[in-house]
Amino acid sequence: MSSTLLIIPAFNEAEALPAVLADLDDLDLDHDVVVVDDGSTDGTAAVARAGGAVVLELPFNLGIGGALRTGFLYAVRQGYEQAVQFDGDGQHDPDEIAGLLAALDDGADMAVGSRFAGTTHSYEIGRVRARAMGVLRGAVKGLSGQSFSDTSSGFRAFRRPVLEFFSRSYPSEYMESVEALVLASLNGFRITEIPVHMRGREGGEPSNRRWRLVYHYMRLLLVLTASASLRGRAVPSDPPTQNQS
Amino acid sequence: MSPRAQLLVAAIVALSILFILRLVRRRELRGKYAMLWVAVGLTLGVFVLVPDVLVPISDWVGISYEPATFFLAAFAFVFLVIVQFSWELSRLEERTRSLAEELALLRAEVRGELAASGDD
Repeated sequence: MSSTLLIIPAFNEAEALPAVLADLDDLDLDHDVVVVDDGSTDGTAAVARAGGAVVLELPFNLGIGGALRTGFLYAVRQGYEQAVQFDGDGQHDPDEIAGLLAALDDGADMAVGSRFAGTTHSYEIGRVRARAMGVLRGAVKGLSGQSFSDTSSGFRAFRRPVLEFFSRSYPSEYMESVEALVLASLNGFRITEIPVHMRGREGGEPSNRRWRLVYHYMRLLLVLTASASLRGRAVPSDPPTQNQS
Repeated sequence: MSPRAQLLVAAIVALSILFILRLVRRRELRGKYAMLWVAVGLTLGVFVLVPDVLVPISDWVGISYEPATFFLAAFAFVFLVIVQFSWELSRLEERTRSLAEELALLRAEVRGELAASGDD
């Protein structure tokens, strides 16, 4: 067993997963792979097993947050020192995992791969979406005192203290990554953003889902507002361990 | 509504919203339920602080006593919330069922009574 775990949350990714797993296999990195099958109905679990990954099958769909928490729990129970969250749809570039892990070695507790940080502009998103994300970015900045260029990234690396924290408290509702950033930051973990290149996925938000999106933004803003008073207060959780390097 | 009643209801609404936010902050209440209650609270709050908005609504519905419109609205909201809870309960019941089924299969598997699952 190695000390690095790649966590791939997957919901109906049977088509893309084999190529992703093969790419990860070719990686020059000592790691294990766990696929969390979030109640897929397309044989994702069998495909993942065939690709050599350990598979955790959830009996029903929990959403990305629930799948991740399962992965974090597995990482903690199995004694991994660090873990990387990686997408099963081929959106992320395996070669950039090294950059995230290097950030952990440099003393970060959590490294977030950002589409917008640095000079890499290879990912186009819609204007409404961009503006909405801007509002969230502002809220996150106000709460965490740190500015993040990509609050919805699903390409992230975590050191063990963060894994332990998230295995208990990772948010489970839609757009969980924003809440997770604020939670980790309020609990004193050091977060670094690393510019990464992502392959864009086609298709915008269909209009009938826009209201749902609006609802989720409102909900998120409410939760973030409520969390505001946490700042500068002792939060009941394990303090992050000091970095030894 | 008398000013005293107005003040009382406004205070109740404000305290409720503060309580909801506190629960969210302590992560004891999920965002979706918080949204529900804060929306209910804010709407009722507007009705209480600006009772004039109740007049055209009352006229339109045909209620001559505005506070009754307020109570109708409050009752309607509570009704909606309860329907939402029933929906969530049904979902939870279904999930508990699934978990029990999974557990039964796992037990048999652990005891070695089943052939190892098909895709290994």
